[in-house]
Amino acid sequence: MTNAQEPLLRVRDLKVTFDIRGAGAMPWSPPRLLQAVSGVDFNLMPGQTLGIVGESGSGKSTLARALIGLVPATGEARWQDGTNLIGLSPRKMMKYRNDIQMIFQDPLASLNPRMTVGQIIAEPLVTHHPGLSRDEVRGRVKEMMDRVGLLPNQINRYPHEFSGGQCQRIGIARALIVRPKLVICDEPVSALDVSIQAQVINLLAELQRDLGLALIFIAHDLSVVKHISDRVLVMYLGRVMELAEAEALYADPRHPYTQALLSAVPIPDPALERAKRIIPLGGELPSPMKPPSGCVFRTRCARAAPICADERPELLGVEHLTACHFPGKLTDEEIERAISVA
Amino acid sequence: MDKNSEGDRALLQVSDLNVRFHTTDGEVSAVNGVSLSLARGETLGIVGESGSGKSQLAFSIMGLLARNGRANGSVRFDGQEILNAPPKVLNKIRADKIAMVFQDPMTSLNPYLRVSDQMAEVLMLHRGMGKAQAVAECARMLDAVKIPDAKGRIRLYPHEFSGGMRQRVMIAMALLCKPDVLIADEPTTALDVTVQAQIMQLLDDLQTEFGMAMILITHDLGVVAGACERVMVMYGGRVMERAATDPLFADPSHPYTQGLLQAIPRVDQRGDELSAIPGSPPNMTFPPPGCPFQPRCAYAMPICEAQMPPLDDFAPGRARACHASVMTVRAGHAPQPLLPEAAAEDQAIAAASAEAHAAGGTR
Repeated sequence: MTNAQEPLLRVRDLKVTFDIRGAGAMPWSPPRLLQAVSGVDFNLMPGQTLGIVGESGSGKSTLARALIGLVPATGEARWQDGTNLIGLSPRKMMKYRNDIQMIFQDPLASLNPRMTVGQIIAEPLVTHHPGLSRDEVRGRVKEMMDRVGLLPNQINRYPHEFSGGQCQRIGIARALIVRPKLVICDEPVSALDVSIQAQVINLLAELQRDLGLALIFIAHDLSVVKHISDRVLVMYLGRVMELAEAEALYADPRHPYTQALLSAVPIPDPALERAKRIIPLGGELPSPMKPPSGCVFRTRCARAAPICADERPELLGVEHLTACHFPGKLTDEEIERAISVA
Repeated sequence: MDKNSEGDRALLQVSDLNVRFHTTDGEVSAVNGVSLSLARGETLGIVGESGSGKSQLAFSIMGLLARNGRANGSVRFDGQEILNAPPKVLNKIRADKIAMVFQDPMTSLNPYLRVSDQMAEVLMLHRGMGKAQAVAECARMLDAVKIPDAKGRIRLYPHEFSGGMRQRVMIAMALLCKPDVLIADEPTTALDVTVQAQIMQLLDDLQTEFGMAMILITHDLGVVAGACERVMVMYGGRVMERAATDPLFADPSHPYTQGLLQAIPRVDQRGDELSAIPGSPPNMTFPPPGCPFQPRCAYAMPICEAQMPPLDDFAPGRARACHASVMTVRAGHAPQPLLPEAAAEDQAIAAASAEAHAAGGTR
């Protein structure tokens, strides 16, 4: 995390825009644009974990998909070697696909039911390293299975024979077999039971430490993100609200949105949970088709002022970045007012 | 907590309930000998992972089991036996006296019907209201669950609402007849934390307002901590532990409860490694012999494989099903020193600080 080190990935002004003309739209009807991700900036250091949190519809999954070229994006996502991954032709992207792998949310749905576990895990290896002999591939698959806690003698089984937690281990083995530098995990544990969730989180953390992986960890569960991340990025309506070291962000959230989000997380301790005060978010998430002017969060913010409607706050700061005109802890009066309004 | 005692006139009394399913793979015992009682106005949490039988328990109370499911035992509501009662009897109780909120509001609302139509149906059926009157009443209820512009939105279809709003519609629908018992099956699992907080607050307010009892089924111990007075922990179709909320969290007496509490990361604490429970939940078609948790349990003994421990009371209002003694489990509850050198270091630090303390005290 030293400044001297080159970031593995430098993202600047990343934008993803979808044209969502309805099914029956005529070719000449005007485009209806939805900006799912707008102007996201961050650096990711080698071996570091960046957590991305936000509610559904905040654009966190779209951001991840844009980085590996699954959705068209504009802006800059510069890899260590200086190449901009955005807008790269599929052939040129191939080289980087080896270095950037992805783990998906639904463990069973992301595995082809007609392939054996061995074939599933071997596929990226065969694709990216066609020179390997069959024995070498099989050897590495077995080694990887052992590494993620699957029995190598299960290599000829099919995904349906495994439980959800084991399927997620298969997904992890598939992502790691090509020895990537960055793994993007999109809600990797949210479909798992609590006891299994801890197993998978521990496995990911251990593999990361041993293999020096960088992770982008997307989850809506803020406790899980806090546990695994070095830095955390908070998104709302496609924009970055706050970006800081995990400890700093959770101990001292400066953006009113982050404060509201954190206050809503249930704490498994009856005394604390009953005593805590939840900062309510008034109203509903605005339509991403018509985001509010200025700061996108202002319509639900306990501290919104006229300037928030006129001017979009920049993401400012050195280590702890906040996109807010009035960052800082909400006062008791502000919280009271928000509660009485809601 | 005198209302916990089973002898009291419980509003809902479930005794020795068993649920079995006949499947092509054989018989599945989803719920085994579960008993519970719920007093008026009380909130009971049922915690468990997938396959623990918590949802099937709720479905059997409501008479909503799938066709291949059979339930036996007893479910008494206000003194009346309702388990396996004919639909004619159940229909008088369901929605009117006992209502249910399901996990997924998209699949539990009819996508072809306007919200007004599906909500009004409840009142027309149970209260014999006319359509116009029923719709007006429904709008008032939507207002009560804080759906903005309820009058204008009641004519919309379910897909026109967001997830949180849809769950509010479900709750409003369940509350239309002001039931005595609300069974909420993972009511906030599909929702964002901010919306979850709003829904839990809403349920709490409505409970105070209407004085209804609630069974809250969830896997989220944080939600339980905030909302419930008593908790029942289920695993493999059986009750593992039953207690009031505070002692359960402060001093879990069952290895499974303990494991669950240690496996969850918390926003208000920092930790290096989560202590996961090894293995995976049992396949209920081929349940393990004896205690269902035994293959994953750190305290397992030979007897655990031989017989299922009974659910025994061991303190006022607390019961557990475990062969290991409370003392053994409690002793293991201390933050687990996994590495010997870390433990030694901790001890050294503790000794040093005790020394410093003693020295400070004498001065």
